[in-house]
Amino acid sequence: MNKGKAEKKYCLGIESTADDFSVGIVSFEGEILANIIDAYVPPEGGIHPREAARHHADVAGKVVEKALKKAEIKPEDITLIAFSQGPGLGPCLRTGATVARALASYLCVPLVGVNHCMAHIEIGRLTTGAKDPLTLYVSGGNTIVAAFDSGRYRVFGETLDIALGNCLDVFAREAGLRPRMGKPLGAMVEELARKGKVFASLPYTVKGMDLSFSGLLTAAINMLGKEVSLEDLCYSLQETAFSMVTEVTERALAHTEKKEVLLTGGVAANKRLQEMVKFVAEEHDAKFCVVPSEFAIDNGAMVAWAGVLAFTHGITTPIEESFVKLRWRLEEVEVPWVK
Amino acid sequence: MGEISQWQLIKKGAEAWLYLANWHGRKVVIKKRLPKHYRTPELDERIRIYRTVREPQLMHEAKKAGVPTPIIYLVDIKEAMIVMEFIEGDQVKKLLGLISQEERDRLCYDIGELIGKLHKNGIIHGDLTTSNMIQDADGKIFFIDFGLGEKINEVEAKGVDLHLMKRALQSTHFKFADECFNAVVRGYSSILDHAIVKNVLEKIKEIERRGRYIIERKGSREPSCGSEEVRKGFKHLK
Repeated sequence: MNKGKAEKKYCLGIESTADDFSVGIVSFEGEILANIIDAYVPPEGGIHPREAARHHADVAGKVVEKALKKAEIKPEDITLIAFSQGPGLGPCLRTGATVARALASYLCVPLVGVNHCMAHIEIGRLTTGAKDPLTLYVSGGNTIVAAFDSGRYRVFGETLDIALGNCLDVFAREAGLRPRMGKPLGAMVEELARKGKVFASLPYTVKGMDLSFSGLLTAAINMLGKEVSLEDLCYSLQETAFSMVTEVTERALAHTEKKEVLLTGGVAANKRLQEMVKFVAEEHDAKFCVVPSEFAIDNGAMVAWAGVLAFTHGITTPIEESFVKLRWRLEEVEVPWVK
Repeated sequence: MGEISQWQLIKKGAEAWLYLANWHGRKVVIKKRLPKHYRTPELDERIRIYRTVREPQLMHEAKKAGVPTPIIYLVDIKEAMIVMEFIEGDQVKKLLGLISQEERDRLCYDIGELIGKLHKNGIIHGDLTTSNMIQDADGKIFFIDFGLGEKINEVEAKGVDLHLMKRALQSTHFKFADECFNAVVRGYSSILDHAIVKNVLEKIKEIERRGRYIIERKGSREPSCGSEEVRKGFKHLK
């Protein structure tokens, strides 16, 4: 084994907030050595937290092993264990936390629990080079517009009910689409939307800087099988939902006057959304950064990197305080490494 | 509209551009909702026209309810443009950090009263932030920017409206968000019936539970160290 590697410090990060169980390994300098993601694909319907947690427990050992192999390091080279402590689904979070506690106590290394949303922003900054961005984080579980101010990431806008990705997924399932390996439901909606031509009017709900997608989802589902084609409906749903998040992003951008916009989360892979957010960013003379897909979806590398940042700034989580926080808000987290 | 002269762009807002201009010898503000090219033209037109029509209607309603708003002079639906009175004063956003705690308390109490008056008359502002409030030299507080508002007499809408005020205080004035919001609630409570206020405050709590606003209590028991089964799973890593 490479001798130089043994002297370096590595953090192993565990992500398990929802359907993905992932282990990432990063060096304290910010090199990403491994990022193994094992997704739970439900046989039908949405994610059942208990079933997803069962999946995570089943694959945990294997994924950790794969990550170590990929990173070409031995377990004893690990100097820190990080895990997503919240927000997320209880059973899934607890499985990841249990694995993290076990590893930390087994290897006798410190443990650090990190905020999942903060980790998304931090890996975005690391992989795109953005320094102080306004972040639009859109996934199956979160829809957040946030930016740094006075020691924390402040949430300027967010969903009042369901997340953007959830809205698209539920619609897709109601339309009879089924996820296939390597192709999530969101990508299928995107593909169909590209063929859509006629715009159908759907509820557009922006409240201040906050958003609501539940009425939009219900209206879109009610139109299924009626005179509007599925392609047109996907197109209209995407246009409406994406215009909502883009409007809020633009307002937050005008308000904060940040010079970078970071797009992340599972929905960030959507080309139409990228186009819209990029347009707004450029109009406000801000640089548009989109996080590479592998690090935009839920992943262990982001947790590992956030763990390194926290640990090198004196933050650790003793095992007796490592209970999971299902509704841990982004703005509760101090980020002393920024600025 | 030849009567408008001396256009001077004062703010490129996210939603509209604001101009200062002269209209028959009066100093006026022109709010123009420009097309947003990121969104599909059908949706863009729908949103711009809808808001341009709704905003002056609600400003008029607000005035009837006793909440100061700029006088509307002209509305041009085709151009998505509103011509209104120019209010000389300071944005509450800028004032809050500059005044004493006592003055801040008074100001927030007054704001709460005004929100109470709106809600009492079924007017939802839709974007209650301190940027959308201007205090003139006489201490009169004007509410502006009703583009996201609606006329609806439901507890849910009132709850969301007040919740937005709270969130705006938390994101922009985090140093004194709590004291400010408490004063807003006191002012609000002085206008509306006790029972309604109670319902609205309950609603805010419910809205917060819907999103991700609550800190998990330490109640859920967690094993203090890794379970045997998981630890067994790592034996092969040796």
